Amino acid sequence: MNFDFSKNHFELFGIPPLYQIDAIQLEQAYRDIQSQVHPDKFSHLSDAERRLSMQWSTQANEAYQTLRQPLGRARYLLHLNGVELHEETNTAMSPAFLMQQMEWREAIGEARAAKDVPELEHLSGQLRADIQAQQDQLADLLDKDKNYPKAAEIVRELKFMGKLREEINVALEALDA
Amino acid sequence: MSYSTKVLDHYENPRNVGTFGKDDEGVATGMVGAPACGDVMKLQIKVNKDGVIEDAKFKTYGCGSAIASSSLVTEWVKGKTLDEALSIKNTQIAEELALPPVKIHCSVLAEDAIKAAVADYKAKHGAMVETAACKGSDCSN
Repeated sequence: MNFDFSKNHFELFGIPPLYQIDAIQLEQAYRDIQSQVHPDKFSHLSDAERRLSMQWSTQANEAYQTLRQPLGRARYLLHLNGVELHEETNTAMSPAFLMQQMEWREAIGEARAAKDVPELEHLSGQLRADIQAQQDQLADLLDKDKNYPKAAEIVRELKFMGKLREEINVALEALDA
Repeated sequence: MSYSTKVLDHYENPRNVGTFGKDDEGVATGMVGAPACGDVMKLQIKVNKDGVIEDAKFKTYGCGSAIASSSLVTEWVKGKTLDEALSIKNTQIAEELALPPVKIHCSVLAEDAIKAAVADYKAKHGAMVETAACKGSDCSN
């Protein structure tokens, strides 16, 4: 087995470096690698070779976990293209977007306080549509337009929308819906 | 993870929660958000004629540390000039609240909210000064 640790995650699995990928192809490629380095297969190998196989397996696992999540994949693609998200320190989102976030949070809070399950479900549906639209836009920005700064903005926005989804789910669970 | 007593105090009894009236004079707003956790923070300052922040309010959707950080800065900015308010650093906030490393971004958010509010005030105020200065004189250039 040929271990090349300099490959990026996409090269490792032999898939094109795109946001829109074939999930089945990715999973198949991952399983192929894991089956090649399964510990049972190298009980006859030296310690050094075994260690290398272990590292290879760990790297494949990490790469798979990164690429299978849409946001993880987007973040990694941006990283490959030299754009970092700075999620911890970049707080300057567009005021209109933040205002909208405040309104979403208020709407969720009010629906939760009023124990209004239909309203929460309505918000959930609306949010799902919004997230889908953002993801479609992200696919175009990354795969077609190659507009990475704008794509980074969308990824940051999607992080907030993911948080909204969590908030709605927590509220629905609390109301036992 | 456990919160420090100071965080809990601000979280359970947040100071200065709310929003100023839309037409209140000398009010400026700073809005910031942290993609890492999806927290959003709105900080408003009310500045008097001498350029001193006489009141502040906040509204934050986020974890206990984010709420405590914004509550704390509303207390800290009161009585300060704009420049003094700008000198508040996230490290001071984090230290005061004994924030753990994973929550440092909450203090960054609060520091940036102050900066955004002051910038908003200066943008509005600067425009107003210009308008006043232009009154009755030729400002066509």
